[in-house]
Amino acid sequence: MMVVGLSHYLLVAALLLVMGIFGIFLNRKNVIIILMSIELILLAANLNLVAFSAALDDMVGQVFVMFTLTVAAAEAAIGLAIVVIYFRNRGSIEVEDVNLMKG
Amino acid sequence: MIPVVYFYVFAAILLVSAAMVVSARNPVHSVLFLILAFFNAAALFVLAGAEFLAMILVIVYVGAVAVLFLFVVMMLDVNFTALRSGYQRYLPVGLAVGAVLLGELGIVLGGWKVAPEAVTLRLAPHAANVHNTAQLGRLLYTDYIFLFQASGLVLLVAMIGAIVLTLRVRNLSRHQNIARQVARTPADTLELLDVPSRAGIAVLGISRPKPDRPAPAPAENSHAPDGGHH
Repeated sequence: MMVVGLSHYLLVAALLLVMGIFGIFLNRKNVIIILMSIELILLAANLNLVAFSAALDDMVGQVFVMFTLTVAAAEAAIGLAIVVIYFRNRGSIEVEDVNLMKG
Repeated sequence: MIPVVYFYVFAAILLVSAAMVVSARNPVHSVLFLILAFFNAAALFVLAGAEFLAMILVIVYVGAVAVLFLFVVMMLDVNFTALRSGYQRYLPVGLAVGAVLLGELGIVLGGWKVAPEAVTLRLAPHAANVHNTAQLGRLLYTDYIFLFQASGLVLLVAMIGAIVLTLRVRNLSRHQNIARQVARTPADTLELLDVPSRAGIAVLGISRPKPDRPAPAPAENSHAPDGGHH
């Protein structure tokens, strides 16, 4: 079923996850790039699920990927909507400016 | 042999484009590299035998989510170069966290093996002569129908939430408010007055539309330049 071993897929997914985490730290001011990094992290999780699904020959992993994709799409839409209204109110998308609630 | 080469090519492009997503100078380039990363991830899905998910990834992610990102990046008039200040300051922390995480994942990957009873715990093994999409559909519409409906509900809530968040009510057009028109009575607008002969309407304080403030005394109003015609 799989052309290469499971560990190759896991290694690629691990590197992709690390890229996503690294992106969050590197672009600490730009919310849009942070959202894209979150998409990369979710893509790494999906890659892991598909790889395990193929390696164990169990379709449930791919069903779960469908639900993950759904939640990721909803998250991106809501996140970008919040970015748009935040920019409309404050004229900036810097994360460090988000201190209205003094959290 | 050829599929193995394909796997390494797609994986390499995926990782390089992921690196470019987080480090590109221009956010538009970031989005374009994100699209490239999604395409290559879809290719890896195909190589793993998940054709339907690969197509979903291309259609939903490249066609909708990445284009949404592109819209937002181009719509917001942000000085993106100012957002990159402090890049050098955050680089060591990011590298340190990434290295620690990669090390931990390497430890996990090194000492990991499949449990021998995992094969007996499968819920839906691949059926013979049924292709990937058909089997996924059978699972999704039978065993996982409630989760499928719930994910539809999640999308509905997200859609309504995004619309409510970004909707800006601006009265740019004059709508006909039928309820207001129907609720209007003669008592609201019609007033019968005894007007003495040869007296101006300004003297009586009659002006339409009605001012919000109570009308000033007729004596003060009489010398106004637009004091009405006699």
